[in-house]
Amino acid sequence: MDAMTPLTVTLPMLAVDWETLLSVNLPTLLFVVIGVPLVLVGYIVGFDVLVRRLPKRSQPSVRPWVWVAPAIFFVGLILVYPMVGTVVRSFFDRRGDAFVGLGNFARLLTDHGILIVLRNNLLWLLLYPGLVLLFGLLLAVLSDRVKFEKPVKSLIFMPMAISFVAMAIIWQFVYYYKDPSEPQTGILNAIVVNLFHGLPITWIQDSRFNNFALIFIGVWGATGFAMVILSAALKGIPAELLEAARVDGANERTIFRRIILPLMMPTIVVVGTTMVIFALKAFDVVYVMTAGNYNTDILARRMYAELYSAGNYANASALAVILLLAVVPVLIFNLRQFRAVEARR
Amino acid sequence: MSVATAAPPATPPARSKAARTRWSQRLSANVSSAGLNVAVLALTLAWIVPTLGLLINSFRPGGAFNTSGWWTALAPPFNFTLDSYRAVLGASDLAPSFFNSFMITIPATIIPAAVAAFAAYAFSWMRFWGRDWIFLALVGLLAVPLQVTFIPLLTLAVHMGLTSGNNFFGLNAGFLAVWIAHTGYGLPFAIYLLANFFRVLPQDLFESAEIDGAGPVTVFFRLVLPLSVPAIASLIIFQFLWVWNDLLVALIYVGGTPEVAPLTVTLTNLVGGLGQHVEYLTAAAFVSMAVPLIVFFTLQRYFVRGILAGSVKG
Repeated sequence: MDAMTPLTVTLPMLAVDWETLLSVNLPTLLFVVIGVPLVLVGYIVGFDVLVRRLPKRSQPSVRPWVWVAPAIFFVGLILVYPMVGTVVRSFFDRRGDAFVGLGNFARLLTDHGILIVLRNNLLWLLLYPGLVLLFGLLLAVLSDRVKFEKPVKSLIFMPMAISFVAMAIIWQFVYYYKDPSEPQTGILNAIVVNLFHGLPITWIQDSRFNNFALIFIGVWGATGFAMVILSAALKGIPAELLEAARVDGANERTIFRRIILPLMMPTIVVVGTTMVIFALKAFDVVYVMTAGNYNTDILARRMYAELYSAGNYANASALAVILLLAVVPVLIFNLRQFRAVEARR
Repeated sequence: MSVATAAPPATPPARSKAARTRWSQRLSANVSSAGLNVAVLALTLAWIVPTLGLLINSFRPGGAFNTSGWWTALAPPFNFTLDSYRAVLGASDLAPSFFNSFMITIPATIIPAAVAAFAAYAFSWMRFWGRDWIFLALVGLLAVPLQVTFIPLLTLAVHMGLTSGNNFFGLNAGFLAVWIAHTGYGLPFAIYLLANFFRVLPQDLFESAEIDGAGPVTVFFRLVLPLSVPAIASLIIFQFLWVWNDLLVALIYVGGTPEVAPLTVTLTNLVGGLGQHVEYLTAAAFVSMAVPLIVFFTLQRYFVRGILAGSVKG
């Protein structure tokens, strides 16, 4: 067997039903593309006419609600209501009718499988933001000093535009494993075998390497994001400041440590927290590459499995709540940061 | 590098020494800049090699990827073919999925962008009870994992018949569920991004418009929107890419239904499903990447601006 990790779902080849596609879906698409903006504009204009009929004094207190109502409706329906629902659901049993208190959490957290999941999430949480920041900062600082900065940044940023599924496929071929008797076709094992005269490694299955292999896919994808933001912060540092330090005889390393790094710290923190959230929510890469096998499972994928494969809503809810609790520190930090910025305005 | 040009003018006897220092400085500057260039090029190369490898494999004849590395194809005799692309576009689920991806992505971009623009306008230029608290709540929701919403929303969707088995005026109701879900998920970021932009528009503009008797609707459509084209463009690109590339939300709300499945879902199934035809996977991945890459490379400027507005200020 080769190293491609099969998801055992086999879809039958679908006879393309172009007739439905073109006769139903295409008109609907046009209808939606034209209709939705029209409905929304009609809504605003219509309600504004109504608001104008109100007594002049009460107009300013009613009008804003007309503008925010659709947003509050969607956010309430899609985010707030289900969030509360899930938290409540996590205290009930599988069928949802008996209150079990923290029973679901107790059962989950004493399950041996979940310990590996939590360990993996911790690995993601430490390595993913750390490496993304490291590479992002390195590339931002280095590319700032070369003439071909623009194309370099474009190429490194490119993975941001593609899906995790495509990234996973790209890396499946990088990590590809062939029996040592055959030539290696994955570039990583080709390097291991030809340059280091080692034995090829099953990067995806071997539990010593696979979590790092998966995390690196994520790092590869997000580094461009960090680089772009950090590079903008770097360019925001006044040139006179650096020039003055150079005139005073500071060498480049000192300048980086004492001036550039402290001035970039707020941005580094913002990028870091974003990456922490990404790390906690990581799903696609693991789902596509290993489906959680070989000790690579993480919370978000396990939650999906409990929801879909096992149909266990109690476990799925409890896992979702654990995820939510994990982001709470980041969330509070974000809010503080936001208020601090607001106060400075 | 500017160090080399900063050497002070010197008197004749000292010149040779000064020239030598300058020369050695320039040499070391050149060496370090050469090292720098090499380092940046090496990193960039390492970054694009994975994608490059897949691209080359996608043009190799069937099975070649499994017998020799893609780098061997770079030496003559060249043997490239479009077979994988033909196979993928002709005989698999990929073509309808391509259509489905548009079917999902376009409305799921337009709806939240429009709703967010209205709300952002109110948040930045109107006063109302609880405004700052509601906005703070939205900022908080930016970090909430989508997973906490799945179970109640799925139950609700099933209850309301918004699942991929049902029809809604001839339209597969699964699409509707995904549009609504993406609208809700995208709104906090969309409102945050637009409000950040709207509120720094010059206040005098609004005042003079008001004096001229323009109501908020006129101000919004005649002033705010035209002035905010860059912000709206970056929001639309963002949301478009996020929805196009999304796997999780599509899996949850339309599951494995091929009639509704977007590219990401079909591609994931191909990973295991094609069995010995793994070579098609390479072409399939590039087909799925085509649209986001075109969007990305043509509109990169706006994309970057959106990222910066969304995070640096946060």
